[in-house]
Amino acid sequence: MIASVARTMRPGDWGVLAAAFAGVAALASFAWSSPLGDRVVVRRAGAVYAELPLRRDVRLAVPGPLGNSVVEVSRARARVASDPGPRQLCVRQGWIQRSGEVAMCLPNQVSIEIGGGRRPYDSLSY
Amino acid sequence: MIRSAIELPAGPEDHTVARLAALATLAWMAEALLPSPLPGLKPGVANIVVLYARFRLGLGAALWVSALRVIGGSLLLGTFMSPGFALAVAGTLGSALGLVLAAALPGRWFGPPSHSVLAALGHVAGQLGLAAWWLIPVSGLVWIVPVLAGGAVLFGAVNGVVVAHLLASPGETPPAVSR
Repeated sequence: MIASVARTMRPGDWGVLAAAFAGVAALASFAWSSPLGDRVVVRRAGAVYAELPLRRDVRLAVPGPLGNSVVEVSRARARVASDPGPRQLCVRQGWIQRSGEVAMCLPNQVSIEIGGGRRPYDSLSY
Repeated sequence: MIRSAIELPAGPEDHTVARLAALATLAWMAEALLPSPLPGLKPGVANIVVLYARFRLGLGAALWVSALRVIGGSLLLGTFMSPGFALAVAGTLGSALGLVLAAALPGRWFGPPSHSVLAALGHVAGQLGLAAWWLIPVSGLVWIVPVLAGGAVLFGAVNGVVVAHLLASPGETPPAVSR
């Protein structure tokens, strides 16, 4: 079966097939990965508290109802380094770097979102 | 009964095209009734018939089979002139373009699988092009493009190999002659 398939494929057919699959792979990497962002938007109680460029490493304390959430920018990524919330979901989310990625500390009403680049569709902000 | 003043004599090739078109329509309708995990992701077995016509009778006959298939199939399924029909026509035009482009390839090196893959990709491009332009905002379509294109390449290659086998099978004679 495999041998007969190989016989019916002419050299150019393999070429077309390889080129087509390479094209599909390129298409997939283009369509399925959002670009890296260039800044992080820090929100407190829904309002923009600060906008930090990802180029510069920095730590920022954001005061919320429970205390300070600490936002850290390092090597073009951002994270919530510490948060007074009970479940630490946003801290455990770790580093985010792609445009549209979000980490939210709901108890302390602090969120960070990567901005810049081509902004992908996002149901949270839509 | 009054004899029609207009006579349209149908030659043997016309009969063959009509028969292949009927076969393609049947295959297409059968496939339309099958469930698909994603709208638009289908093996496209009707294209086996179109491709067979392409290599047995030539490009013109293949385009006829394809056109008759999309019109006849939509009339039978009741989708004629619906958005789904428009998408089917766009896909058919795209695959026709793929076949026309493939005709420029040297036949010594490029067989049915190449034609099939190019036609399948043209089909997806035609459908997505119309959908993006007319029906759905582009941003909602982007993520599905690689899935449909990948399916087109895969099924296109399989169909092409099937056609290559049909053409190479012993005892195979051109249907225009066998009639």
